[in-house]
Amino acid sequence: MSEPLLEVDRLGVEFVTRHGDLRALDGVSFSMAQGEILGLVGESGAGKSLTGRAIIGLIDQPGRICGGTITFEGRRIDNLRSADLRKLRGKRIGTIFQDPLTSLDPLQRIGDQLVETIRAHLPLNAAQAREKAIALLGEVGLPAAADRMRAWPHEFSGGMRQRVVIALALACDPSLLIADEPTTALDVSVQAQIIALLRRLARAHNASVLLVTHDMGVIAEAADRVAVMYAGRVVEIGPVADVIARPWHPYSRGLMGSIPSLREEVDRLTQIPGAMPRIGARPEGCAYAPRCPKAEPRCRMAAPPMIEAGPRAAACIVEPAP
Amino acid sequence: MLHYVLKRIGGAILVLVVVALIAFVLFRFVGDPINQMVGQDVSVADRERLRQMLGLDDSIVVQLARFLWNALHFDFGVSYQFKEKVTTLVAARFPATFELSLAASIFAIVVGIPVGAYTGIRPKALMSRAFMALSLIGVSLPTFLIGILLIYVFAVRLQWLPSYGRGETVQIGFWRTGFLTKSGLAALVMPSITLGLFQLTLIARLVRAEMLEVMRADFIRFARARGLSERAVNFRHALKNTLVPVVTIIGLQIGSIVAFSIITETVFQWPGMGLLFITSVQNADIPVMAAYLMMVAIIFVTINLTVDLLYLAIDPRIRLGSAQA
Repeated sequence: MSEPLLEVDRLGVEFVTRHGDLRALDGVSFSMAQGEILGLVGESGAGKSLTGRAIIGLIDQPGRICGGTITFEGRRIDNLRSADLRKLRGKRIGTIFQDPLTSLDPLQRIGDQLVETIRAHLPLNAAQAREKAIALLGEVGLPAAADRMRAWPHEFSGGMRQRVVIALALACDPSLLIADEPTTALDVSVQAQIIALLRRLARAHNASVLLVTHDMGVIAEAADRVAVMYAGRVVEIGPVADVIARPWHPYSRGLMGSIPSLREEVDRLTQIPGAMPRIGARPEGCAYAPRCPKAEPRCRMAAPPMIEAGPRAAACIVEPAP
Repeated sequence: MLHYVLKRIGGAILVLVVVALIAFVLFRFVGDPINQMVGQDVSVADRERLRQMLGLDDSIVVQLARFLWNALHFDFGVSYQFKEKVTTLVAARFPATFELSLAASIFAIVVGIPVGAYTGIRPKALMSRAFMALSLIGVSLPTFLIGILLIYVFAVRLQWLPSYGRGETVQIGFWRTGFLTKSGLAALVMPSITLGLFQLTLIARLVRAEMLEVMRADFIRFARARGLSERAVNFRHALKNTLVPVVTIIGLQIGSIVAFSIITETVFQWPGMGLLFITSVQNADIPVMAAYLMMVAIIFVTINLTVDLLYLAIDPRIRLGSAQA
């Protein structure tokens, strides 16, 4: 494997509050190869969206990166000045947000928003940028793209808007696409189309995708590898097929057990007892230990390290590698 | 869209008719204008003759019909105190009030929007905090006090600006303007600050609140993620999205600037409609009061209509909504 496109190493993010600093991300590490689609899965509050935002330097106040490094295209980007980071956003790293209905400026025509983004990063004149914008709209599957340039966001359905958002994210041929719950707000029937489109375009543009979602179905369909997050940490990472078929970490196993299957008939889906600890109330040692059926006293002593086994890794000192 | 425009115009006309009715009814209770016009030694017969001349002895319905019909022609009769046509009186005073209101509005908008945008973008900056504290004073101090303070400092102490009147004016057709002479402009400074200060703080606070709201919106976050410059994010995307409510309030406030210039005109002895209105109230000069009321109503209605049409220009979603309606 050549040099990774993105390397996140022991990333920490904390929120500064009156009641002290709250650790939201605690030593998140993973890397992505050129052209790879990495799924980032976990329940609400696990820190998956925050990881995506930390990479592009857009953490909401009062959050801040408090440790670790982010290396992108061979260069550290976690300590860049905001002006340099801005040149990266939209140009080398494209972003797709959850809600296409609110991601577009309601008072600007679709075409203007595309042209604006293109001209912010590429040395094109208005006519060239317009041409590129029309090509992009065609590429994301909007029929009669040239006529759509003058349309307003409210004239489009959710699925169409998400296509426009994808066109905006891909406008400057980024090498990394961060897709934060790209299908969550869409109709089920549209979800599959958008995932297929995302996958096809990422391949065509040779872009890597960090696919943030809570939906294992989406991951199974689109991703090459998956990283499972729990309470601000990556607890397991590996090829999608392996993690789904033979989950290693007890939390992953619980997560997979809660997905309905079409092949087998099950009366009740298994559920994990308890709830994920709130930020600031995370226990010593393994954060999953209080809910884990296999927890031992040593699990509560120190945070377990990632144990590697071939292409897979998990943060569990009890379970043997599958 | 045409439907939307026609509906607004229809509403505007309805409002004017209702105001005319109210004006008519209201002023029937003000008191007997004849008593105000004549001395105590005028005989009953003379009074009756005057009453007949002015048409005050006709039935209410006839008086109302005459009032409406004349109002439609901008004819409000003859002023009881000046014995002059009301239309002429108002027309002579209107430019003074208009110019004062215009200057005050421009002052409020040109200063208020940038200040509001700045404090909305950097709510924690020292300048923002200082302004928010100052704006509290602007909102809470009564207009006449600000006017008197300004007169004391700049007219009495420093003697930089005149304390009353319009200065030299130039007559252009029917319009008497103070914009063209140095003393006219100097005379305009303090009254427009006094009149516009409240609106300025109101606009600034509204823009600030709207900016704080919009800055949290997803499309602003997405604009940042697209790598747009701070300038583009703040002004092209954020500020423009605050404009619909801001234009509404500015419209209403310009209406009140015209209507409530009365106090400022009194403080600065500004020869406008407000001053005319005050003297006519003191003399129960009903035709002038009625004309003033109608005038203010027309201004309010016109501004509201303009605001409604401005929505169309700003927000495409309203255009769609009206097409479907």
